[in-house]
Amino acid sequence: MVSGSVTPAEAESRESPGRNWLKRHGRRLIILPPMLFLLVFFLIPFGFALKISLADTAVRVPPFTDILSITQDWHIHAALNLGNFKYLFTDEVYGLSYFYSIKTAFFSTLICLALGYPMAYAIARTSKSTQSVLLLIIILPFWTSFLLRVYALEGIIRETGLLNSALLWLGIIDHPLQIMRTSLAVYLGIIYSYLPFMVLPLFATLEKLDRSLLEAAADLGSPPWRTFVDVTLPLSMPGVIAGSMLVFIPAIGEFVIPTLLGGPNNLMIGRVLWDEFFGNRDWPVASAVAIVFLVLLVGPIALYQHYSTKQMES
Amino acid sequence: MQERLPPLLISVLCIGIAVLYVPIVVLIAYSFNASALVSVWGGFSTSWYAQLLHNDQILDAAWLSLKIGVVVSTGSVILGTLAAISLVRFGLFRGRLLLTGMVNAPLVMPEIITGITQLLLFVSMLHLFGWPHRGFTTIVIAHIAFCTAYATITVQSRLRSADRSLEEAAMDLGAGPVRAFVDTTLPGIAPALASSWLLSFTLSLDDLVISSFVSGPGASTLPMVIFSRVKLGVSPDVNALASLIICLVGACVLLAGYLMRRADLQRLADAQMAGQNT
Repeated sequence: MVSGSVTPAEAESRESPGRNWLKRHGRRLIILPPMLFLLVFFLIPFGFALKISLADTAVRVPPFTDILSITQDWHIHAALNLGNFKYLFTDEVYGLSYFYSIKTAFFSTLICLALGYPMAYAIARTSKSTQSVLLLIIILPFWTSFLLRVYALEGIIRETGLLNSALLWLGIIDHPLQIMRTSLAVYLGIIYSYLPFMVLPLFATLEKLDRSLLEAAADLGSPPWRTFVDVTLPLSMPGVIAGSMLVFIPAIGEFVIPTLLGGPNNLMIGRVLWDEFFGNRDWPVASAVAIVFLVLLVGPIALYQHYSTKQMES
Repeated sequence: MQERLPPLLISVLCIGIAVLYVPIVVLIAYSFNASALVSVWGGFSTSWYAQLLHNDQILDAAWLSLKIGVVVSTGSVILGTLAAISLVRFGLFRGRLLLTGMVNAPLVMPEIITGITQLLLFVSMLHLFGWPHRGFTTIVIAHIAFCTAYATITVQSRLRSADRSLEEAAMDLGAGPVRAFVDTTLPGIAPALASSWLLSFTLSLDDLVISSFVSGPGASTLPMVIFSRVKLGVSPDVNALASLIICLVGACVLLAGYLMRRADLQRLADAQMAGQNT
């Protein structure tokens, strides 16, 4: 960081053609690498999925037909096939799994909200030093292995797991509860895995809440519950929506939880996609399932982006 | 901000935290169970950990995952830092909205969709250009794509709060913009770079769904091996392996948090010093 006075020679060398070029294109050198990388390896792949969803299955590598091909007399031959999308509407497995996924994600999100809101509220009310410790406690599981936490939950809710052993020992039940391979297990898995996603954005809005508003409401004779409903809740809406979307969106597409904890009836869309891909090797139908899923997600994702940027700006 | 909390709130907070931690604690406790039956406590033993050392399948997968993790986190920190600089420093440029969208979308996009679309891209690319073959390379590329998003957000928030006056002073004294940035701002955001490296590493080490899609024959990462065994049920050696990974990743996250916090305190102290001197 040592920089003394600038000699004329140095100043001249700064204006060398290389430097000028760098000055003009320097920004582009910084913007382009991440831009191109994400464009090619994140955004463009969606185009490929769309393309392949319009192709036909074929017994070859890769296992689908070309949409555009050039015939021998140099005509471009286009073969669009909407059959895959039609198929999604005729076979009820797809409709049922979309419905089941949305339903499961919706109720799990509600339960996460009911549990996460008081948690975030309590953390926001503690002193700054306690806050950082509590936040770390909440964040830590969110970063540690997702797969292994689902596996750990299986150890608790299994027929011979801790929960059943404890309930049997306490004499609350006589027979072990069958939780694994049911919808209940899927709900528990999602709530357990995604709870931190709900608490963190809620905390972020609740912490910023202007306390003088609450005092004003109390001074004017509003009972605490009224203050909560009239002041706290509306002001924390951005956090409620951001947190809910952070749980809802990934929960719809969840694969690991229904596979490890759910039973054959808990068909979530992530599982159907996986089976279509690896089991049936029907890539065009799998792509069509993914495209329809993506269209369903556009609304929630836009909602999330809107509220999270709003939160960031404030 | 401090006041008495209603007992109901405190109990919900405690229940929530218990829900998050009890399964992990039980898992780690049972990894030291001498009995091969996962539900019966047979005394303390580290034999399951010793067995891991002789399991070639798991060791190979662990080595592959570590190699991928190191390459991925290095790549994501570089791309994430460039993206953060672009978004924080360059104001409005063409494609800003696109870059913002591509940086935020992977955070909410279900992994299964990202995985499928990337696989379709790689397959088509292989068909057209003869590259890349599915395995190490494709997993690294796919991981960098979503880890870059996390790295960008981490670096971005630090860069936004970084003091620009030093950098401007350096430029007034004749340093070029790159030199000024490297000498003044870069040391200030170094903790953010370190923590985004660690976080990208844990994300990469952890990923199952995207890896399963884009990987090819012979390239099984650790989560893929664990998943195929876990599907068969709970087993004591997986408990040991899981405990090891959870502790390693937990240590990475704590270290990342510590680095960020120390940097914050340092900055606060510097600001106070500066205040006293004037």
